[in-house]
Amino acid sequence: MNAKAQETPAIEDPPIGLKLIPEQASDYAQQVDFLYYALLGISAVLMGVLAALVVLFAVRYRRSLKGERGERISERSGRRLEIGFALLLCVSFMGLFYWGSRLYLDLYSAVDTDITVDVVGKQWMWKFQHPNGSREINTLHLPVGETVELRITSQDVIHSLSLPAFRLKRDAVPGMYTRAQFTPTRPGSYRLFCAEYCGTDHARMRGKVVVLERSDYQRWLAGGVDTPDRAEAGAQLFQSLGCGACHKADGSGLGPNLHGIFGSRVRLADGSEVVVDETYIRDSIVDPQAQLVAGYQPVMPSFSGQVSEEEILQLISYIQSLGQPLEADGEHD
Amino acid sequence: MTRVVYSEGEDRHATPADYLSGGWSIRSWLLTVDHKRIAWLYAVSITLFFFFGSAAALLIRLELLTPAGDLLSAESYNRLFSLHGIVMVWFFLIPSIPATLGNFLLPMMVGARDMAFPKLNLLSWYIYTLGGIFTIVAVIAGGVDTGWTFYTPYSTLFSNSAVLAAAVGVFIVGFSSILTGLNFVVTTHTMRAPGMTWGRLPLFVWANYATALIMVLATPVLTVTLLLIGLERTLGIGIFDPALGGDPLLFQHLFWFYSHPAVYIMILPAMGVVSEIVACFSRNPIFGYTGMVLSIMAIALFGFIVWGHHMFVSGQSLYAGILFSFFTFLVAVPSAIKTLNWTATLFRGRISFDAPMIYALSFLELFTVGGLTGVFLAALALDVHLHDTYFVTAHFHYIMVGGAVTAYMGGLHFWWPKLTGRLYSRAWATTAALALLIGLNLTFYPQFLLGYAGMPRRYHSYPDEFSILQVLSTLGTGVLALGYLLPLIYLSWSLRRGEKAGPNPWDAKGLEWQTPSPPPVHNFRETPVVEEGPYAYQ
Repeated sequence: MNAKAQETPAIEDPPIGLKLIPEQASDYAQQVDFLYYALLGISAVLMGVLAALVVLFAVRYRRSLKGERGERISERSGRRLEIGFALLLCVSFMGLFYWGSRLYLDLYSAVDTDITVDVVGKQWMWKFQHPNGSREINTLHLPVGETVELRITSQDVIHSLSLPAFRLKRDAVPGMYTRAQFTPTRPGSYRLFCAEYCGTDHARMRGKVVVLERSDYQRWLAGGVDTPDRAEAGAQLFQSLGCGACHKADGSGLGPNLHGIFGSRVRLADGSEVVVDETYIRDSIVDPQAQLVAGYQPVMPSFSGQVSEEEILQLISYIQSLGQPLEADGEHD
Repeated sequence: MTRVVYSEGEDRHATPADYLSGGWSIRSWLLTVDHKRIAWLYAVSITLFFFFGSAAALLIRLELLTPAGDLLSAESYNRLFSLHGIVMVWFFLIPSIPATLGNFLLPMMVGARDMAFPKLNLLSWYIYTLGGIFTIVAVIAGGVDTGWTFYTPYSTLFSNSAVLAAAVGVFIVGFSSILTGLNFVVTTHTMRAPGMTWGRLPLFVWANYATALIMVLATPVLTVTLLLIGLERTLGIGIFDPALGGDPLLFQHLFWFYSHPAVYIMILPAMGVVSEIVACFSRNPIFGYTGMVLSIMAIALFGFIVWGHHMFVSGQSLYAGILFSFFTFLVAVPSAIKTLNWTATLFRGRISFDAPMIYALSFLELFTVGGLTGVFLAALALDVHLHDTYFVTAHFHYIMVGGAVTAYMGGLHFWWPKLTGRLYSRAWATTAALALLIGLNLTFYPQFLLGYAGMPRRYHSYPDEFSILQVLSTLGTGVLALGYLLPLIYLSWSLRRGEKAGPNPWDAKGLEWQTPSPPPVHNFRETPVVEEGPYAYQ
């Protein structure tokens, strides 16, 4: 077996027939389909009217038919027709705009979620890690009825995680985290694609989502190799990389105390403020000098190249596990 | 009616030599500054590139006949769709109507002897050719596999293909667009004949004028973006690659800031062509001239503030996404008004169904399907599901091929007698136009279904269940090919054997029809004086 063959795992397409409306594996999918039907309806009416008028005019006013044609539409009524049509479109478009935007915010805005699954795209596979530390490639197992947040990034080029049965798609962009959340409502196997062209084997970067009953999901999790959970793996890394030497829990170290820091606002050396989120922590690991917290010396070395994207996500999970944010004011001023 | 004024000292009875009588030597073509001959230089060049790009498309469609990637390797497949996109967008669609029909007709329609800058006009063709050579070099050097979109960091650090040669080709051809645009803008402003007020400009001129503005304003952004790609790829300066401290989304913003308006560079001239044809073949003035002009300008303007709709799933701010969605809905309104007005122009007309009119009515169907599916994509949550699927592929092919190419074919058939002085076979032209309409729908309609079913774009292999729709699409390509090859044959044939057309075979009203076919070197024997609007059909 050569190295290249190992790089690209065999494709497992779930056995789903051709469905012009894909399975609705979440309530959200059904809501998106309603919007689709509404637009199909509007389009059918507009196309129908257009086609009927063109055919009617083509027959009634064909050149071979002699005789008077009657008055043309006056400029005044013409203008009214144009403005009326424009207004009608504007009103219906604003309705569709609102409808589409609401659903978009539901999909992409963070809300309370039950499970956060980390997703790392690479040429040409999807790597998933569950909170308990279980990992899988190109197949994602999820429990039915729980709200899943995907925390997505890439370790090379831009990819895009596409789950048609959930009407969900989100780009995996190197250097940043994107997110999407959904709640599977029907057990089954569903398609999973990379939708953003990412190089030679783009078309092979596909797999499946397997939605299980909760008990089956627990059994599946337990059946994996005994791995430390994600935050625990992060804690071990934190120790082995020597982070704790400076980031001491009592605040006496050379670096900031990380307890309760996730989600808080900190003031930077240049006077600006940032919220400590996944991206900020990642940036601070790979390029610590870029956004230095006020009051600290630029002594931290870059860990770029020493930790993988999955390990950075484990470190983030660990830092997240260190308690809730303290009230931001005063702490660093 | 248009009055003619004789200039002093001119022999009013001499028949002036037509622009083709100056000879057929290579020199007479390659050193010409006559806008009509330059239009032909472009027509021949873009036709070559069109068939080049179509050959790539045909291979893509053949590969997709079966779910497994068996005809071509993944590397070749990726190179073919990249080549298809780059060639069709920059070497066919963008120059298509403006550089050929626009070049030939714009000066004649405003009553001028030539463009404002005839030498720049020729230079623009040479720049186009140089850009084309670089693209061919890129193909010979092994091809490029980034897609026409050159997304970073794939294009800058990861792609192992001739990205630089291709980017240089596109970089160069941009200057050709800018020069053509500049020429159109200045010509429209300064070269109009006496009496040719802005309110009497044919819509074809308005459309090309708006297009020219976009070319001049948007193309430099593409130029700079490609330069930045070159810097990152050769010198490793971090601009777009996060590993070098760059931002990959920045590339998408810059790229689409050009490439979305570029869609209107392709479709606005097509709308201009359709307006001329629909008015002429229904013997009616265009319905709502003012509304049409306002729509053209509104599309050109709004086209600049919707680029973010290509990035709804990319990780740009959600609120930016909402704003871009809002503007995208708005930009659909002027296009819809235009469709209404073309339809209303038919009302109480005297409609004949010559080939140009069949193309124009096909445009109406294809453009409306393309436009309405654009509204699907403007709705955020639907776009998330449809983004980067075949739905998008189908949508923009309905606009680009169904809209722009169909209108180009319509325009070619409408003005062919003017360009060449000859008529073509009506029966064959009707057959070709119908083949185009059927072929287009058969090729691209199944792709909408594939898209909603979830099939992503740019896939070399795919799950078995999608194959029936892919097969239908490939069958459509066969019919479509007929629609493109037939005109090549009967139009070429007509050049020597076609019946003489006379100055105005369609009894049309534009200034270009008030002069012999083919037109004299300086277009008009005398400077025309315009005394009425452009569509004075009775």
